[in-house]
Amino acid sequence: MNKIIIGLSLVFTTGIFAQSSSMIQIKGSDTLVNTVQVLAEKYMAKFPGKTISVTGGGSGTGIAALLNGTCDIANSSREMKDKEKTTAKSKINEIVVGIDGLSVIVNKKNKVNTLTLEQLGKIYRGEITNWKELGGSNTPISLYGRQPNSGTFDFFREHVVKADYSKQVREMNGNAQIVESVKSATSGIGYVGAGYTQDAKEIKVLSISKAKGEKAYKPTFVNVEKKLYPISRPLYQYTSGDIKEDVKNFLAYELSAEGQKIVTDEGFFTISAAQKEADYALLGMKVEKVEKKAKAVKAKKS
Amino acid sequence: MGNSNKRNRVSFSKKFKEASIHGCFLVNAILVILILVGIFALLVWTSLPAFKEISITEFLFNTSWNPTSYVKASYGILSMLVSTLIVTIGAMLFAVPIGIGAAAFISDLASNRVREIAKPVVEILASIPSVVIGFIGITLVGPYIAKVFKLPDGLNAINGSILLGIMALPTIISLTEDALKSVPKSYTEASLALGATKWQTIIRVRIPAASSGIIAATMLGMGRAIGETMTVLMATGCANAMPTNVTDSVRTMTSAIAIELGEVAFNSTHYYALFAVGLALFLITFAVNLAAEIIFNKKQKL
Repeated sequence: MNKIIIGLSLVFTTGIFAQSSSMIQIKGSDTLVNTVQVLAEKYMAKFPGKTISVTGGGSGTGIAALLNGTCDIANSSREMKDKEKTTAKSKINEIVVGIDGLSVIVNKKNKVNTLTLEQLGKIYRGEITNWKELGGSNTPISLYGRQPNSGTFDFFREHVVKADYSKQVREMNGNAQIVESVKSATSGIGYVGAGYTQDAKEIKVLSISKAKGEKAYKPTFVNVEKKLYPISRPLYQYTSGDIKEDVKNFLAYELSAEGQKIVTDEGFFTISAAQKEADYALLGMKVEKVEKKAKAVKAKKS
Repeated sequence: MGNSNKRNRVSFSKKFKEASIHGCFLVNAILVILILVGIFALLVWTSLPAFKEISITEFLFNTSWNPTSYVKASYGILSMLVSTLIVTIGAMLFAVPIGIGAAAFISDLASNRVREIAKPVVEILASIPSVVIGFIGITLVGPYIAKVFKLPDGLNAINGSILLGIMALPTIISLTEDALKSVPKSYTEASLALGATKWQTIIRVRIPAASSGIIAATMLGMGRAIGETMTVLMATGCANAMPTNVTDSVRTMTSAIAIELGEVAFNSTHYYALFAVGLALFLITFAVNLAAEIIFNKKQKL
């Protein structure tokens, strides 16, 4: 109770006297930007006086900004590279806020429904160039991908393509632009975060199998949780040095039941209980205590 | 005696005022020159380290630009250079005829009232942000191009050319109109007196007489088109392959810099190489503008 009052008074004083310093800057992954935006909006509505600004630009851009000290939290859809970690001036803290089933999408009119990881790699390396080689119609494949500052670009290359992308890949400015393109391009294929496939009717999410002859799975919650879907990945948030109290509170909110509900509403998947515990431990908090506190706040409001 | 003293004082203070205004403008002019020289020096200075690891022949003649390659980084700008030239020349093919036509209409044919409306409209066209033009390219021009050329999507060199043409139009129209205005009235009168029609006068007399001004206008419009970033980034599809056709997706030099500079590690070869691309771009636009200036001056001496 006392803690809450102290917390609230802190909120007000920092809100009045240090408006600029209490503002949290979040930058990075285009995959995460919408979800974190919603989280920030809900958080600001709940705690008036807090300001959080969320911008995209790609995971690489977010991490570069964090290392240069121009943002508080870097959203990233890929793990931070060792090379990046070594250039950091202070300790890097890593939190997983959600799980993504990286989805491979084609136009609704495409006859192909499943692909193996190997076929997918071949498509993006430019070794398979026509849909007829995959059981589809006789049309050349139009490849859509992301730009090199994207974490999704990196992740997909690392885990699926395992070589340089074909030079024919059109490098799009974000997940939304890939979805937009595949909607109209009947010969198109693209890879996007699961959160971007929800409302689009003109596209189809493919089932992916680990190898030839194995069962193919769609990126659904169960398949991602059981690790049956082969290209799921954690979505990270990075902070540098000692985590500021404001930032800590926001991160705790993202991990709370309410925050994770938003993550699933946006089309991504919740983190495991073990991951949650590890995340909270990094923030110096315990799961039960935070949940209790959230309940207390709720009770007080009603 | 007293009178002349007073006059002297007045002229002295006047002289002082003149001198100080002269000095003030001189400082401004020098400042602008210094800024230009400074930018050039910075570009040279920051791009030089790139050539410790990249040979100039590789930089200029290798068609593969892939600094974040999975296998081996490559730093060739040839395909980006060709892409930039294709898009720019396409833009000029589109903008020059329309621009000259519009300028001839505004300066020679339009009634005063129409001219008063048309001139500001052309100027407003110049103030549309490039992001908006890029957006129009994705949502309006792109799908139309896809339909006409039977392509999976309209994100290609033609789309970029049309958009850049639109962006270069205000420059071309305004300067061409100025050039037409400065054609001596006696030329027009002589032509009309010889029995030429209005059309013949414009095509055979006025436009040829203003040709050096029109060429300069085209060059300046071209300078604008080469350096444009956001629009081409959004509308040309950004594929790395060497373009073989105007319906290919292309990535221009400006797009590459814009995409990669945000996430590149400071003082890496990649970082210096991006500045080298910037230097190449600067030299091209500088040459184009210089040529325009020389042609323009020649005209004024005539």
